[in-house]
Amino acid sequence: MKALVWMGKKKVEVQEVEDPKILNPRDCIVKVTSTAICGSDIHLYDGYIPSMEKGDILGHEFMGEVVEVGPQVKKTKVGDRVVVPFTISCGHCTHCLRQQFSCCDNTNPNWQLAETLMGYSPAGLFGYSHMTGGYAGGQAQYVRVPHADVGPLKIENDLPDDKVLFLSDIYPTGYMAAENCNIVPGESVVAVWGCGPVGQFAIRSAFILGAAKVIAIDSVPERRRLAEQAGAITLDSGDDVMEELKALTGGRGPDASIDAVGMEAHGSAYDQIKQTLKLETDRPYALRQAMRCTRKGGTLSVPGVYGGLLDKIPFGAAMNKGLTFRMGQTDMQKYMAPLFRLIEEKKIDPSVVITHRIPLSRAAEAYPLFIEKRDGCIKVVLDPAA
Amino acid sequence: MEKEATSDTAVAELPTPAAPRQTITRVARAVTIREPASTLYRFWRDLERLPEIINHPAEIRRVSRTESHWRVSGPLGDVEWTAEIVRDEPGRLIGWQTRHDSSVDITGQIEFLPAPGDEGTEVIVSLSYDPPGGKLGATVAKFTRDSADSQIYDALKRFKALIEAGEIPTIKGQAVGGPQRPRKGEK
Repeated sequence: MKALVWMGKKKVEVQEVEDPKILNPRDCIVKVTSTAICGSDIHLYDGYIPSMEKGDILGHEFMGEVVEVGPQVKKTKVGDRVVVPFTISCGHCTHCLRQQFSCCDNTNPNWQLAETLMGYSPAGLFGYSHMTGGYAGGQAQYVRVPHADVGPLKIENDLPDDKVLFLSDIYPTGYMAAENCNIVPGESVVAVWGCGPVGQFAIRSAFILGAAKVIAIDSVPERRRLAEQAGAITLDSGDDVMEELKALTGGRGPDASIDAVGMEAHGSAYDQIKQTLKLETDRPYALRQAMRCTRKGGTLSVPGVYGGLLDKIPFGAAMNKGLTFRMGQTDMQKYMAPLFRLIEEKKIDPSVVITHRIPLSRAAEAYPLFIEKRDGCIKVVLDPAA
Repeated sequence: MEKEATSDTAVAELPTPAAPRQTITRVARAVTIREPASTLYRFWRDLERLPEIINHPAEIRRVSRTESHWRVSGPLGDVEWTAEIVRDEPGRLIGWQTRHDSSVDITGQIEFLPAPGDEGTEVIVSLSYDPPGGKLGATVAKFTRDSADSQIYDALKRFKALIEAGEIPTIKGQAVGGPQRPRKGEK
């Protein structure tokens, strides 16, 4: 099959590799019909996530048709059309039963590495380095999906792939980020750093959850325009964000802030240099600004991915203002079915973020296009058949 | 969980080896598993499926009601011993000791303690052992994942996954690109 393979920092290529096989009794094999590049794939591409190995297949946003199931798969059937969540969960450990699916105890074969770095190992993830399992990813024609009865969501209507594909990650991720804001309907003001795909879904979800006002911050005009189409007030990252936010909130500041940017924020030369010199692993510019700008007693929600160690975090601001922090990889299986219903009810159209469709065979060209935000690029969907 | 940090009482309760040696190493590791103690106890007492959770080729043969013969391939080759159960409290604890004619001197126990709320059962293994190759062997083993400590911890994690998830997670044999594996059609 064809698959996009990581071959080192800023080097990916489409290769012919062997088809995946059933390795465990609860696995299934999915023939991919649509797959996407995620903003968090940029961190892998740029070499900032530790424990990548040359030859790793990337991708964690995919859907398709089940073509094979293992002997212990009971519910999922060959022929099912499914969206696959990016987190792999066993469905039976204490964390899964508490719906903390992204903290599953039993799906990371490289748990030693994760424990060394993080103390405890979270769930395995598709195509996202060896510290989260080293699972082959979804920017491929076929994928092996463990725990086939726990993860994949069966799609039983004729909604096109474009409308349901993002149930695999960014829509639930944006939704959980908004849910983590403890929005009081009709009252809360939410500020969102980053108008990329996760930011767009966070903005839309905040409105669905009743936010009175959403203020979105990004430096890219077309991304701000897309946020405005959802009803957000937008600010340019180059503006005096603190003063603008105060002016828009009667001096109180936003009740909740969402950092939908993560570890490769732009805007700080200090962080660029420190990250290049490996003196810090992450560039937390948006996080710092969000910590300072959130109102007293407010909430900071972090869907943006961080990999390791952050520098110059204004923790004093957070402590003295009594902020609440909410974060985590998305507890996918908790959100996929209810959010699918919102799509069916036409409360949201996830396909609005798609700007580019590129054959999988040309996926290597899509990465720089997406990273440099050329040609108005917000979201790339790859066609595995081409 | 830090090495040896689990519970001093667990270690203190171990039967004292007949002739204490300088090279004795103690390790203790714990996991919490969402199943009743009785189920977990049975898995260990029955012995049959234990090789599945040992991440090395292992053979365990029952010799009598309380004795079993073990052969595990480790970093210094095969290690064999005959273990005798010296304490057996169904649903709570199994304590064992290697027989004097074994090539290693291991005293161990596994305890099954109720965890708070709906968490299940805390499973704690503690071992006192004389590593193969004596002190030198231990020094070598210390720097590898094959040390007794990581072997026990690994076995407990695999045990937890097998019991809770029904299978042990793996990526061995999955699709990979070059250079991890030759490309399709190449040798």
